[in-house]
Amino acid sequence: MGHTLIEKIIMRNTGMESVTPGNIVDVNVDRVMIHDIFIPFVKDKFEEMGFKKLWDEDKVVLIYDHLVPTSAVEDVRHFKIGDEFVKKYGVKHFHKADGICHQLMPQMGYAKPGNIVFGTDSHTTTYGCVGCFSSGVGYTEMAAILGTGQMWVRVPETIKIVINGQLPANVMSKDIILRIIGDLRSDGATYKVLEFSGSTVDAMSVSSRMTMSNMAIEAGAKAALFAPDEKTCEYSKVEMKDVEWLKADADATYCHVMEYDAKDFVPSVACPSQVDNIKAVNEVEGTKLDQVFIGSCTNGRLEDIKVTADILRGKKVAPYVKLIVTPASRSIYKEAVDAGYIKDLVSAGAIVTQPGCGLCCGRACGILTDGERVLATNNRNFLGRMGTSKVEIFLGSPATAAASAITGEITVPGEVKLQ
Amino acid sequence: MDKFNGRVWVLGDDIDTDIIIPTEYLALKTVDDMKKYAFSPLRPELAGQIKDGDIIVAGKNFGCGSSREQAPEIIKHLNVKCVIAKSFARIFFRNSINNGLLLIENDSLYDDIKNDEGANIEVTINEKISYNGKDYPIHALPDNLCEIINAGGLVAAMKKRNGITD
Repeated sequence: MGHTLIEKIIMRNTGMESVTPGNIVDVNVDRVMIHDIFIPFVKDKFEEMGFKKLWDEDKVVLIYDHLVPTSAVEDVRHFKIGDEFVKKYGVKHFHKADGICHQLMPQMGYAKPGNIVFGTDSHTTTYGCVGCFSSGVGYTEMAAILGTGQMWVRVPETIKIVINGQLPANVMSKDIILRIIGDLRSDGATYKVLEFSGSTVDAMSVSSRMTMSNMAIEAGAKAALFAPDEKTCEYSKVEMKDVEWLKADADATYCHVMEYDAKDFVPSVACPSQVDNIKAVNEVEGTKLDQVFIGSCTNGRLEDIKVTADILRGKKVAPYVKLIVTPASRSIYKEAVDAGYIKDLVSAGAIVTQPGCGLCCGRACGILTDGERVLATNNRNFLGRMGTSKVEIFLGSPATAAASAITGEITVPGEVKLQ
Repeated sequence: MDKFNGRVWVLGDDIDTDIIIPTEYLALKTVDDMKKYAFSPLRPELAGQIKDGDIIVAGKNFGCGSSREQAPEIIKHLNVKCVIAKSFARIFFRNSINNGLLLIENDSLYDDIKNDEGANIEVTINEKISYNGKDYPIHALPDNLCEIINAGGLVAAMKKRNGITD
């Protein structure tokens, strides 16, 4: 009997000859990621459990991103505790202001094809973009992994998602994953893994795949996997021959198969206040906006900033709209500067912020209040996510967001008239 | 604790972790500091109304969203006896087990009780829920999860592994 991608990864990791969904197995963890919000809690639990040393200092990555730079005096405490933890236990990989954790983990090669990685954040599913089984855990569980290097997992069932054909103009991978979440609903993939394939997926950049694996958790998924190809190998700096084992068997068993024709996708938005409340952009066209946000671990990469700059170049953001752009990492920020995109954005009236999680998690850099409306490219539009519970959050692609920033209302990308 | 009774608070589908505890309160020092803000985006008064031993009943996908473990910890600190839902999000489920918060999956209780907040129900562990003269069967938890709960949560299980006694 054949195996799915996730089964292959678990078998390779454990040395088991075969696994089937429902088996409970202990896996050997290849890497862990802890971010600034949870490091104080991880440290407390780790020490309370009686551990004296990390299972492997080289496998631990600590990243400051949610609180960078600090916006309240209490935030500093997290950095002090994190700094002490790194020193005391010899954590090898530490990033104080380099970008968002989910961008850095695959970008820096901490999460590679075939690895098993856990992080203290639900969007840890992101690293599936390079064929890595990665998932979020709580801080108590993270503390136990830090001490033992192991974690139990239930071998999950897999939903196969096949997308073939060429995407229409102005449709991005964000529009694809929004539609899929709308079809699966917010719990449709709970305890399950999404496995993406098809010619549309093959044609995508690793960055575009990242947007999709990032948002898989919004349908409840435990992981979201793309089999590695040459683009993956180049991105992750691995040899194709070393990852050839990492593909699903033709006779693998799936709990569900979903097939899409790329030409059927349209620019889409998630409407307040659930990520599975999906509409075509033209259904909500004309909805007035107070703010537009382009960034986050979902859509803050160079290709997203390029799309934004291409739409904004030579135009102006609507006078009553605040457009906030946040690159996902410092290196992306620098590349965007070198390419001239940042100049285009600033000239159009955008506010460009330092890489970090600030606005996406509702802590800083553009918090909204009652009655305000924002179109954002991040991954969640829950009540109170970016300010008060009476803020309306729409989620869309960078192209939709950039077009809407110019008109000041929700706008189908490609239909922006010259001012 | 084979059997217990409790008053029910009813919440809906997709109660996410930003509703259970908004990010803005996550930098407060302790879970006790945070707990008065539990469920505040949806029902700001609720945290003050919940009494020891109460039970939360909800629809599908309870605890979806972020990995914040404060979500189950806060519910535990409000002394909620258990949460009964149609389904739970994966990370929330693991976090609850690791913190010794009892979760029970049941498909039909929510639909029957959703207009009867304040009702009293009886839970017989690993067996059934009784409400309004009707029994709702529940599954037993897998062995490895029972071991963690029986040890008193994951911290206690790791202490035991590391030879620490209180």
